[in-house]
Amino acid sequence: MRGVLIDGSPASAAGQPAAGAVTIPADEVPFDPSVPWRKSPSVALRPEPFGALVYHFGNRKLSFLKSKPLVAVVTALESHPDVPSTLVACEVPEAQHPAYVTALATLARSQMIQRRPEESA
Amino acid sequence: MTAVLPSRPAERPTGGKLIDQFEYGLDAPICLTWELTYACNLACVHCLSSSGRRDPRELSTAEAEAVIDELQRMQVFYVNVGGGEPTVRPDFWHLLDYAIGHDVGVKFSTNGIKLDRARAQQLARTDYVDVQISLDGATAEVNDAVRGTGSFATATRALENLAEAGMKDFKVSVVVTRENAGQLDEFKALTDRYGAQLRITRFRPSGRGADVWDRLHPTQAQQRDLYQWLLANGDQVLTGDSFFHLSALGEALPGLNLCGAGRVVCLIDPVGDVYACPFAIHEQFLAGNVRSPGGFQQVWQHSELFADLRNPQTGGACTKCAHFDSCRGGCMAAKFFTGLPLDGPDPECVQGYGESALAARDLELVTPRSHLDHSHKGPVRGQPTLLGMPSIPAKICDESPLAGLKLS
Repeated sequence: MRGVLIDGSPASAAGQPAAGAVTIPADEVPFDPSVPWRKSPSVALRPEPFGALVYHFGNRKLSFLKSKPLVAVVTALESHPDVPSTLVACEVPEAQHPAYVTALATLARSQMIQRRPEESA
Repeated sequence: MTAVLPSRPAERPTGGKLIDQFEYGLDAPICLTWELTYACNLACVHCLSSSGRRDPRELSTAEAEAVIDELQRMQVFYVNVGGGEPTVRPDFWHLLDYAIGHDVGVKFSTNGIKLDRARAQQLARTDYVDVQISLDGATAEVNDAVRGTGSFATATRALENLAEAGMKDFKVSVVVTRENAGQLDEFKALTDRYGAQLRITRFRPSGRGADVWDRLHPTQAQQRDLYQWLLANGDQVLTGDSFFHLSALGEALPGLNLCGAGRVVCLIDPVGDVYACPFAIHEQFLAGNVRSPGGFQQVWQHSELFADLRNPQTGGACTKCAHFDSCRGGCMAAKFFTGLPLDGPDPECVQGYGESALAARDLELVTPRSHLDHSHKGPVRGQPTLLGMPSIPAKICDESPLAGLKLS
């Protein structure tokens, strides 16, 4: 995949939560929803009518969040101890939780979200 | 402003595919092309912006900085800077630093004229900048016939300097023509030699390109070969998503298969005029000017023209075609400048509908011409002599028997 009009910045559409199965390379640490996450500090979210454009200043990757609820979840990650509690706080229906976890796993793989350093107690 | 496309339903759907959302436009461009000057040391026969002479109304340094400030506010993270030859602007290097310092990354296209060792080292040290060197032949013979004598040597010297300076990820940018379509593997080898990346884009009948389009646009057979080549090599080659009309040959090509004009991209020209796309410098695609109240944001978000472009096409001959979902009717500028209707086939439609549409054009038809032409008026050193055409008229009347003649 080569660029949505920006060459060299492969664009991936991170969920419509409900995206298909994601193939995870065997050597990759699987996405762990039970730990604290946050939007990467190098990432900017630009609101768009359908969701948001996501830009990573470090690796210059461009991506899109295809729904406003997903934007809300990504933004809220850092205020909650894990993914499930973030989804509950954002009032995501439970039936959709697996799809959101899949979308967040995609974003983690492209470094748009990252594991939050452990907060001191 | 007259409507350029048939009226269509304006309701943006919720959810669905990203490409369908893009058809309704974005709050800011994904990226845009910004041509800093119409001045150029070359006189390429196919120049999309008919560049050559500087326009005296060119944006000043302060005005250009204000545009960058606005792009930063709108979170446009990338601009493709071109011209003309952007590096001949004395404030080019300042504007480059200014943009990067304001979170607006720059990718600039150049013929390499100013990329000496010192500039190459400076670029290699700068983060967030991309350079692409234009080359339209893998050999001097093919390149210089289109871009001018000595231009191959200039470009390859710049490539050497960039490689030597340790610059990462610089590009060789090729417009695919009938003359160089057979050189794709050679281009790839040349690019690899410098540790660069190959970028190939589609030739459009824009600017002076209209004058040579009949002779230089790839044949149908070349388009099929190009499509196969892209399927085989596409993951190592950049295309600016410009060959989406080829998707109607079967499998969709990687990237955005959609005309992004006024929806996700646009052009700011050297005098601040905003056009729907870099290949559409014509009054009919002029949306406004960055100097007017509200600036670029006002033009992007509220111009009548862009509102009109931000709807999916629902009518016209193409929508009835089985391949419409793949190619979406092709390139708006290519249709416009060859005198074809905008809701009909692309002149290079790979299903052959373009050729029949071109053949069916009214014999009296005068194809649209841009109101702008900054081409050099006098002779240019190394001026290209495409296909043996006399390049520099020996006498003024060789160009037009009526040139310079006062009729009143």
